[in-house]
Amino acid sequence: MHIPDGYLGPHTYIAFWIIMIPIWYYAGQKLSTELKSKQVPLLALSAAFSFVIMMFNIPVPGGSTGHTVGGGIIAIVIGPWAAIIAISVTLVLQAMIFGDGGITAIVTNCFNMGVVVPFVAYYAYKLISGNLEITSSTRVIAAAIAGWISLTMASFCAGIELGIQPILEHTANGVPLYIPYTWSVTVPAMVLEHALAFSILEALITAVIFAYIQRTDTSVFYGEKSEAEINRTEIMNGVTI
Amino acid sequence: MDEMIRNLSIGLILLIIFAPLGLLAAGTAYGEWAPDELKDRIGFVPHGLEELSDLWHAPLQDYNIPHTPSFKDSKLVSSAGYILSAVIGVIVSGGFLYFIGKKATKH
Repeated sequence: MHIPDGYLGPHTYIAFWIIMIPIWYYAGQKLSTELKSKQVPLLALSAAFSFVIMMFNIPVPGGSTGHTVGGGIIAIVIGPWAAIIAISVTLVLQAMIFGDGGITAIVTNCFNMGVVVPFVAYYAYKLISGNLEITSSTRVIAAAIAGWISLTMASFCAGIELGIQPILEHTANGVPLYIPYTWSVTVPAMVLEHALAFSILEALITAVIFAYIQRTDTSVFYGEKSEAEINRTEIMNGVTI
Repeated sequence: MDEMIRNLSIGLILLIIFAPLGLLAAGTAYGEWAPDELKDRIGFVPHGLEELSDLWHAPLQDYNIPHTPSFKDSKLVSSAGYILSAVIGVIVSGGFLYFIGKKATKH
């Protein structure tokens, strides 16, 4: 899903620069007000994990390949705004040093994998798990579904972005200047290979890491309080234990 | 918590070691074809794509050490390059996030 330079014309990549700069700014603000010092190692691990997991190219019938992002579990653990920062740093590094994804397309790739994936995953997980106990095993299924939906939605976005190029960018006599396939081709191609292969792996990864953290220390999850914090709030509210 | 960070780090190291499995997938991801691959598909290289695709030359293109044999020619060398790329990626991205995380929680 790392769109290279030359696939998206200036209308698209300039629009995504305009979209991404305020998102990054706001995510940075959220990070400096919300991040707790015990989350710092998890933030660093999230970026590193995302970097490596994207190197696992998986072949699918038809000669194409793809990979997972890990953005769903990252969002559930460190929160969707911190996930934007972690995944964006990874994607910028992949583009600049390893030529994976274009320089002009960095912002579009950061939107798809760094914004759509964590936000869709986080809110899908929240919506499905509702008021369930944090230790509920149904939450593992919620995390898996969130992982699947998030990567599939990101592939849908990438399909749309690629597919509008022949409409937006062509010469006076209609010759496409960038990727020539329209969305009737790009959307099914992107969505199908993700929905049937890569997103299933994303669901598995999300569920496995979720289940591990859930069994070890649920206070690690974004928005969950540790026992010490719960005790402190109860004391502040005048409840004696 | 500390034990969790340790175990997750061990998991990450295992992922780095097994990263060369990602090299076994021979094809190109959809919509990520190099200009000549696109030419094979549609018969020409769109003008704008040709210009923009030459914009940036990454030092470790395709997670590979420059001037070393490709995966087809030497599985060992390219796997080593792939692992080295993963190590660089982990240190730089993890290190950078650790640094900004520490800065953000200072106040």
